[in-house]
Amino acid sequence: MNGLARFLKKFGILFGRERFRVELDEEMAFHREQAERELLAGGMAAEDARFEAMRRFGNATRLRERSQEAVGFSMETVVQDLSFALRQLRKNPGFAATAILILALGMGTSVAIFAFVDAALIKPLPYAEPTRLVDVTESLALFPRGDLSYADYVDWKRMNNVFSSFAAYTGEGYGLKTATGTEPVPGLRVSVEFFRTLGVAPLLGRDFENGDDVAGAAPVVMLRYSTWQKRFGGRAGVVGQTVNLSGTAYTIVGVLPRDFEFAIRDNAEFWAPLQPTSECEKRRSCHNLIGVARLKDGVTVEAARAEMKRIAAQLEGQYPDSNRGQGASVMGLSEAIVGDIRPILLVLLGGAGLLLLIASVNVSSLLLVRAESRRREMAVRGALGASRGRLARQFATEGLTLVAAGGGVGLALAYAGIQVLQRLISQDMMVNMPYLRGLGLNAHVLEFAGYLAVLAAILFSITPIVHLRFSKMREGLTEGGRGSAGSFWRRMGANLVVVELATAVVLLTGAGLLGKSLYHLLHLELGFQADHLATVNVGLPVPEFAKDEKVVQFAREVVERARNLPGVQSAALTSVLPVSCNCNTDWVRFVGRPYNGIHNEVNEREVTPEFFTTLHARLRAGRFFTDDDDASKPQVVLINEAFAKRYFPGEDPIGKKMGNTELTPKSIREIVGVVEDFKDASLDEEQWPAEYQAFLQNPDSYFSLVVRTGQDAQTVLPLLASTIHQVSPDAAVEAGTTMTQRINDSQTAYLHRTSAYLVGGFAGLALVLGVVGLYGVIAYSVSQRTREIGVRMALGAQRSSVYKLVLKEAGWLTAIGIAVGLAGAIGAALLMGKLLFGVRAWDAETLIGVAAVLGVSAMAASYLPARRAASVNPTEALRAE
Amino acid sequence: MATKSDLLPGTLDMLILKTLKRAPLHGYGIALSIKRLSEDVLTVEEGSLYPALQRLLLQGWVKAEWKMTETNRRARFYTLTAAGRKQLGLELSQFERMIAAIGRVLSDAQEA
Repeated sequence: MNGLARFLKKFGILFGRERFRVELDEEMAFHREQAERELLAGGMAAEDARFEAMRRFGNATRLRERSQEAVGFSMETVVQDLSFALRQLRKNPGFAATAILILALGMGTSVAIFAFVDAALIKPLPYAEPTRLVDVTESLALFPRGDLSYADYVDWKRMNNVFSSFAAYTGEGYGLKTATGTEPVPGLRVSVEFFRTLGVAPLLGRDFENGDDVAGAAPVVMLRYSTWQKRFGGRAGVVGQTVNLSGTAYTIVGVLPRDFEFAIRDNAEFWAPLQPTSECEKRRSCHNLIGVARLKDGVTVEAARAEMKRIAAQLEGQYPDSNRGQGASVMGLSEAIVGDIRPILLVLLGGAGLLLLIASVNVSSLLLVRAESRRREMAVRGALGASRGRLARQFATEGLTLVAAGGGVGLALAYAGIQVLQRLISQDMMVNMPYLRGLGLNAHVLEFAGYLAVLAAILFSITPIVHLRFSKMREGLTEGGRGSAGSFWRRMGANLVVVELATAVVLLTGAGLLGKSLYHLLHLELGFQADHLATVNVGLPVPEFAKDEKVVQFAREVVERARNLPGVQSAALTSVLPVSCNCNTDWVRFVGRPYNGIHNEVNEREVTPEFFTTLHARLRAGRFFTDDDDASKPQVVLINEAFAKRYFPGEDPIGKKMGNTELTPKSIREIVGVVEDFKDASLDEEQWPAEYQAFLQNPDSYFSLVVRTGQDAQTVLPLLASTIHQVSPDAAVEAGTTMTQRINDSQTAYLHRTSAYLVGGFAGLALVLGVVGLYGVIAYSVSQRTREIGVRMALGAQRSSVYKLVLKEAGWLTAIGIAVGLAGAIGAALLMGKLLFGVRAWDAETLIGVAAVLGVSAMAASYLPARRAASVNPTEALRAE
Repeated sequence: MATKSDLLPGTLDMLILKTLKRAPLHGYGIALSIKRLSEDVLTVEEGSLYPALQRLLLQGWVKAEWKMTETNRRARFYTLTAAGRKQLGLELSQFERMIAAIGRVLSDAQEA
């Protein structure tokens, strides 16, 4: 039985203390009863027999204590070990600080990243039985998860038998009249079963009821908790009051619970029932809803998907015109909510894990070196009577002390890291990720940190104990002993260094690829000049601006005033800003061409005449819009090059006509110009065909004003809002932003930037740790071989050959590390897939660059010990014998 | 009734191991057996068996198992392990050497 097994047994008893005590008591009681019975059988009186049995047995309490002492850790020696461990760490502050810092960095990063992973991927959604909730939408070849049309939603709800409840919702912007003017507030329109589907009941008032969602029913609204607090003073009497939203009076019927969140659009302040009143909801071919449903018991997501696909196919047969190619998508609600950020979180967790690995390996090597240098001490203590178990316990105590200190500092680092990372998330993005709010070191995260600490403690206790087992204690006492222990450490240390270097290569490659992706993304050819552009979103109240002429008049006025602002060169309106998304699409059909009913899906934007010149977008053929292209003239349209290439290959598109899928006379428009492609979609989306309609012919009550400025675009932003309010005080104006800011703050840029920076940081640390590890091994190896080198030099070896000797050892380790690392790196990069933009997993430039950086750093780190080896004085080295 | 000091230090473990070599026994059985075989000369404080048994368990020289007695009572039975057998051999030979040495010293003292 060796010391370790005994140690573990004691540990087991320590945790099963209660059972140990109960069993001991039972067996002692049994003993006394047996004795008593035999004395009774021998003819003794009952009272005497019991007394005699007890007397013979002795003091049970003291015996129990002695039994516990036999198996327990004596408190006294634990304290001794601990104070010795602390003294050891204090005596060697360099070692202690390095080990604690490395450990804290490794644990801190892992814990911080885990907090995000836990909040996004592990913590269940805050609804009743969240795993039974699914996201239900239509799907198309181009949009695997497209929107749902109202007519289809009604049919799907009626025809399916897989959902116990099926709701739909769509975003809405309201203009809320306040004391200071009209404020744009976000809202959602939801079908009446929405909250029931999620399993959420209102805090105050009532939920929506059947009938609330019929077109023409009295308008009602529910409040978000914070809106109730902020705008209505948290008064209970708010239910029954009316509130004016975009010119319509809504009766407040309820207030939502405080902890209610809805990740897809969490900033919604007002929730109204979904009455099919918008233009879009009257057409089966217009898609603006997203469905959320609760699965019936026993129905799987797959079964529901198959059922919805079947229904979609049936509707496609029934409505071939509007439903051609419209499939169905059903996925878990959490998948729909966190699907986008899952890859980046997993990559970050992987990166942090690798950093923790390298940090642990590094600290292990430090411990090994120390154990090596303490061989004499251990040998002396052994000779003075310390058992191997006692020595092992000393190491374990030191390991635990180290982990406790490192873990404590690590938790502080993790907390700081979480706060910093959270602050980096823009408000716009938080709207989609409410689950990341108020993140901190909760019980779950602490539990994770606890597991890491236990693993680290085991590793750091085992490492020197294993070392102790392999070394012969007696050798420790002999002067200059260079036995098996030295070569053991060299072998073991070398393996550890290879692990470190390989891990560093994986992280460096990951960082390189992500950095390159980010560079590609931010230096993308946008097709327009993004600097010196200021933008602001505007929503017009519907009742007041119901007539197109009113909107057009407003548009002309705003553009005219904006253009004349100081520092503004030109101004324009657009229904969708550049660098937004492949969205707001239209189906087009060409006049004079056979049509087979296929949906030619293109991006559609309505813009005012100066839009293209404001952006500095270039005209390829034909002309731009003019102020004369208004409702009194035949409709005109511009297309981009992608459109021309797709639908007019080898043809001149100018003068060609197109319309909607039915070629309704009202929809017919003539192509008057072709513009060079510029980025309509988000940065990492592909370029789609786009048509630009004349805003003055097809106005929209929600649009963006964009102006080109001579000075810093930021300075113009406040002027824009006041200009719009001068034209109409009822217009809701959102906080403006510059185009450059928009691009930099976009979710795509944010995700790529965060992952590149974080993995870059991990990689930098990994590089330092790996190279320091290599330095440690080589330096130790040189110190062990001083005499050998002395002998070699005495026998005529040149200094250059000594250099070669040392650098060869380092070179081998580095080469193996890099080779293993590169293989791992390509594998890891393949897993990153979606996060890479414009680079391949096996990007030669990055791989070669990483190998070069690591190779050079490694050689630099080994140069110092090599120089020390080469400057060995042979006479001194040999005299030291 | 002998007190703890009546036994040579370390001999209790040996006696227990020796007793268990014949057959697995519970604590009371061990005490009884030692008393009977030594013809009442070696009567240990019966309870002190139990700390010793815990020590032996921890060393892995004996193992314990809850079983039913003939009288249908639950009791913890101890069995000698292979390591315990080896340990017993070691202790016996050491003990014999020591007894022999003591014997030699004593006989020498008588002659003087």
